[in-house]
Amino acid sequence: MIRVLLVLLLLAPGLARAVEPGERLADPALEARARDISRSLRCLVCQNESIDESNADLARDIRVLLRERLVAGDTDVAARQFLVDRYGDFVLLKPPLEGATLLLWFGPVLVLLVGGVAVGLYLRRRPVAPPPPLTAAERARVAQLLKEPEA
Amino acid sequence: MITETGHFALILALFVALVQSSVPMLGAARRNPGWMDVGRSAALTQFLLIAVAMGALMHAYIVSDFSVINVIENSHSAKPLLYKISGVWGNHEGSMLLWVFMLGLCGAAVAAFGANLPPALRARVLAVQGMIGVGFLLFILFTSNPFLRALPPPPDGHGLNPVLQDPGLAFHPPFLYLGYVGFSVAFSFAVAALIEGRVDAAWARWVRPWSLASWCTLTIGIAMGSWWAYYTLGWGGWWFWDPVENASLMPWIVGTALIHSSIVVEKRDTLKSWTVLLAIITFSLSLVGTFLVRSGVLTSVHAFATDPARGAFILVLLVLAIGGSLTLYAVRAPVLKGGGLFAPISREGALVLNNLLLACGAATVFIGTLYPLFLDAVGGPKISVGFPFFNQTFVPLMVPLLLAVGPGSLLAWKRGDLLGALQRLWAAFGLAILVVLGGFYVTHGGPVLAVLGLGLAAWTFGGAATELAERLRLFRIPAADSLRRAFHLPRAAWGMTFAHMGLAITVAGIAASAFDSETIEVVKPGGEIQLAGYTLHLDGVERGDGPNYMYDDASITISRNGSTVAVVHPQRRFFPLQQQTTAVTAIRTNLLADLYVAIGDPNPAGGWTIRAYYKPLVPWIWLGAVIMAFGGLVSLSDRRWRVGIAARARAAMPQPAPGA
Repeated sequence: MIRVLLVLLLLAPGLARAVEPGERLADPALEARARDISRSLRCLVCQNESIDESNADLARDIRVLLRERLVAGDTDVAARQFLVDRYGDFVLLKPPLEGATLLLWFGPVLVLLVGGVAVGLYLRRRPVAPPPPLTAAERARVAQLLKEPEA
Repeated sequence: MITETGHFALILALFVALVQSSVPMLGAARRNPGWMDVGRSAALTQFLLIAVAMGALMHAYIVSDFSVINVIENSHSAKPLLYKISGVWGNHEGSMLLWVFMLGLCGAAVAAFGANLPPALRARVLAVQGMIGVGFLLFILFTSNPFLRALPPPPDGHGLNPVLQDPGLAFHPPFLYLGYVGFSVAFSFAVAALIEGRVDAAWARWVRPWSLASWCTLTIGIAMGSWWAYYTLGWGGWWFWDPVENASLMPWIVGTALIHSSIVVEKRDTLKSWTVLLAIITFSLSLVGTFLVRSGVLTSVHAFATDPARGAFILVLLVLAIGGSLTLYAVRAPVLKGGGLFAPISREGALVLNNLLLACGAATVFIGTLYPLFLDAVGGPKISVGFPFFNQTFVPLMVPLLLAVGPGSLLAWKRGDLLGALQRLWAAFGLAILVVLGGFYVTHGGPVLAVLGLGLAAWTFGGAATELAERLRLFRIPAADSLRRAFHLPRAAWGMTFAHMGLAITVAGIAASAFDSETIEVVKPGGEIQLAGYTLHLDGVERGDGPNYMYDDASITISRNGSTVAVVHPQRRFFPLQQQTTAVTAIRTNLLADLYVAIGDPNPAGGWTIRAYYKPLVPWIWLGAVIMAFGGLVSLSDRRWRVGIAARARAAMPQPAPGA
């Protein structure tokens, strides 16, 4: 039984974790660019993990593909565009600013503006009328409290 | 038999919840004390029944009763006991049962510890809790029943996803759910207050401990989840802004706003309707989170549309709860009149700023999380919203918030002196400057934003320390007197100090993640790699058997300047049942930095992939979260929450004679 399990262990699906040594490019400058770009690309089958972080097979394939493009002489923009053309904007972790995402990018600012104006109006609207004068009983209590030494 | 008992108990709990949601509400309207009192016994009974159901399901898991479909799908006889138990909530049906169990627990706690509440308020609160219970019990019984049987039973189960077989993840859901569901109490109090049309300082005093307790458990729950990701994933990521994480972050942010604004209601009798609204929104976001995670809508809007039973059910619950409470709010909120006046520059003003920024932060997370779903649903392009979006929108909102923590807490109520507060923060400012300069020096002008982030953390920490020093009149009066003041300081003040310091520590940990260094190499036994001044020597890799997995255990000696620092044992585990491999990372921490080592696959030439990371200050992220939650607990132990004591003290105070 143990022997069977040992064989299974050898054949087990790999534990490819994020970028693997074998995928890396020999040229450190090129590799650094590849790492930078792959941090901004989404692993298509994961929840919000970049392909640099993901251990999915598809992420590995895209990492390799990206490096192939860079080796072939693509600029960063061209390499990224190559992947966008292939997989759509979905592959970008940072959604591009365009018609459909206007509300996304400016939504937070809008909320802050509306909230800020509302708070401003609320603070302004509040009457700054002086509080009613103290009654005789309250004045006596204040005098008594002021006389008491601090406990 | 035990399983059927659990099933029946759950059905009974539904009927009890129906009684709980109606009779006390009517009783409160008709001022019938007997009917109102039904709420208490119903809440206790409902909890007891759900506990029986929970116990029955747990029993089925522990004895591996494979005639229960839920056990077949999520358990296996060879699994360690801890994971048999945690397997109960490691799946959809069981986690929903845990959800209502926590809900029942909260209701029972209000019934048991709410002796000092006005009977009508208590009756209404329990009735609202009952309504939420009805909704979710119906959901479980009709769409997600964990007690269904399979005939004939298979010889063994499918097992639990190995990634979930982890102590951190065993306790993560209970904490998270207690936090989520705990906010239902604040919600019920808000709805009850709207029905009564009265919110006063006493109301805030009753609500605040519940929100605080929920906030503490949610803090711990989120931190645990992030810590789990950190040590499980094998490269040290701890936050991805993925929708499931955001689902827990949103109630946390609004809950944080709630515990701040309820201070204003309690102390200054103003911001009432806003606080009520926050209580409603906090729990609504808990419900939204449950919907996002449990309906399958996240995988894709289309997956949701093809199997809509569960999703549609929660969506209806969501619309009823949120729509109903907001409608009630719209009708009744104008009744809630604020009392205390304040100038914009004041403690109240600072807390309003806190609420504005936190609310905008939550809205940003909400927009970022739901926008892709929204676009998908209206037939727009498929997009991803990842960390760059949140870094550019959420983080800028948090910077002014952190800047304001120190000065805000030094401002006086009603009318504050901002210049004076800033002057008293000279030491905090000096500390921040020192940290920034030191940061640039150590990292040789490294990532500017990260260093500024550290400065921001130092400023926040210094602000919290200054506030404490002011309270103790440190260095102005003899040290012994300061110590005496420290003992007499209200626990709530200590709680605030701890929470703000914890926040600063977490922020420092987050900012410092930009200083990580990594080495990823294939190493043969006997080989070495270098990382941040450390040498990692792979002594060898041993193979062995765990309870339900096999492992490769690497022995790696870490040394620095020739002397051994530690020997660590990262593992790679293979679960034959699921044909899945997981990593067990080795983390060596000195609380200032983590050395993080994981092993990957063997390579045909006899080497092993070793990933090693040096992560300065990273443990502070969770350390800070624990300190924040501890601050919440300290604040919870403040004697003024035991309302009876305060009332007795007030009664004992000499009152001026009438007409004097």
